[in-house]
Amino acid sequence: MPKKTAQPAEHVLEVEDLVVEYGRRRILDGISMNVRAGEIMVIMGGSGSGKSTLLRHLLGLEVPAGGTVRMLGRDVSEMTNTEMDDLRQHVGVSFQSGALFTSMSVGENVALPLRERQNLDDNTIRIMTRLKLELVSLAGFENLMPSQLSGGMIKRAAFARAIVMDPKLVFFDEPSAGLDPVVSAELDELIIKLRDALGTTIIVVTHELESAFRIADRITVLDHGRVLVTDTVDAVRNCQDQRVQDLLNRTPREMEIDADDYLRRLTEEEPEYVD
Amino acid sequence: MAAQTLSRMVSRVSRDMLRGVSDFGYLIALLGESFYWPVFGPRRKQPVRIEAVFTQMMQIGVEAIPILAVLTMAVGIMLAIQLVNTLELFGVESQVVLAVAKAMTREFGALMTAILLAGRSGSALAARIGSMVVSQEIEALRVMGIDPVRYLVVPAVIAFAIMTPALVVLADAMGIIGGGLFSTGPLNMTMETYIRTSIEVLTVGDVMQGLSKGLVFGILIALVGCSAGFSVRGGAEGVGRATTRAVVLSLTYVIIVDMMFTWFMNV
Repeated sequence: MPKKTAQPAEHVLEVEDLVVEYGRRRILDGISMNVRAGEIMVIMGGSGSGKSTLLRHLLGLEVPAGGTVRMLGRDVSEMTNTEMDDLRQHVGVSFQSGALFTSMSVGENVALPLRERQNLDDNTIRIMTRLKLELVSLAGFENLMPSQLSGGMIKRAAFARAIVMDPKLVFFDEPSAGLDPVVSAELDELIIKLRDALGTTIIVVTHELESAFRIADRITVLDHGRVLVTDTVDAVRNCQDQRVQDLLNRTPREMEIDADDYLRRLTEEEPEYVD
Repeated sequence: MAAQTLSRMVSRVSRDMLRGVSDFGYLIALLGESFYWPVFGPRRKQPVRIEAVFTQMMQIGVEAIPILAVLTMAVGIMLAIQLVNTLELFGVESQVVLAVAKAMTREFGALMTAILLAGRSGSALAARIGSMVVSQEIEALRVMGIDPVRYLVVPAVIAFAIMTPALVVLADAMGIIGGGLFSTGPLNMTMETYIRTSIEVLTVGDVMQGLSKGLVFGILIALVGCSAGFSVRGGAEGVGRATTRAVVLSLTYVIIVDMMFTWFMNV
């Protein structure tokens, strides 16, 4: 079979000049990137690099100050709520905490998107749910409650829920955060397996280098709200940019201190609390 | 210094007022959506699930029956004691039957139901939605294309709208029976006569007044509970604050609306 990348690949997600500001602070400063169909794109960056904010905007949960996000060929900001809800049936999300509904069993959690958005009978829903639970090696756990699961199992259940509608695009937020190395390696394997089995485009947001290098086709490195580099794993490894190398080598950041700014911060009056 | 304190106070008061107005606006928006989804939901392939409504009705209504029965019976007994003692002064203690029946159906049945529901179910609604906000479950719903208002708020509002008037009927009956438990002795009456007289003196208008109040109170409590839940920021502490806010706000709204209702229906 000819390799897909030989042809001009279709972009599943296109971000152009995305700007996000909270009050006076600019969190994302002109982010542009795109994700090709069928690839695993890892968005990597340290804490405070803006990757979580970027994810929230990619998901259309917040409205940016500027720029556009095109998901599956549609401009997110120009869609009505109904259109957005329909588009979201083709997009799966696995949250960092799993975000399983605590009042429902694992099986009910995974079945929820099917039950709420598709006109299917109970038998079909049950079979489709079990199929996905099999895929993430959680067969037989469907009647447990989320509180009875381990951290790794919660993530896997969240994976199953994210892919139950056979989405074209799946987001994973910090899939291996807070898990031991073995479980986190298993989850990485699972992400690759999902892509190979279902042909899904996958976007992973993470700060774990090892995991990023293991699963990524391409990596976007984010720092202080800007894209430092978007390239293949090898190219990112060999990137000459100092900040990228600092991130890869885990060099502590050198804090630049501006004397005037420092004094101002120390002496300025407390702004009134605004919630 | 004084000027600064004053300006701070003014800015705080105006911010609180602004927040109050925006909270009220949010309530109105939620109310609007509560009418929107049952009608247009099916067309958007997001129907309001009847099972979800029934689940809420069980929790809000059926499970509240024992405690509501005890509370309203106690209120009925208290009313009877006070009325027997007071009306005795005028030599018209026989009017206790009428007074208890009217007071319960027009006022106390609905009010006691609302107080119980605000404390029991309104707060639970706020806590449930609030903890879902904290654990990203609301966001999970949104990215699945499931509208959180349609999925969580509308079933609760419908359940409150149906169950509150139903509970008011129970509250009225238990209050009247409670009144009878005490006053049959001083009035030298059998329970049967007491209840028959109560039913005779009551008009449809009396009962409807309580029922319509119950409907409005129920919807108010549901909306305030949900909006307090959605406004949660900042973890477990925020959930606690929202729960308290839901109870205090809904009771405030209920009592103010009750006063307005009573004014327009009786003055």
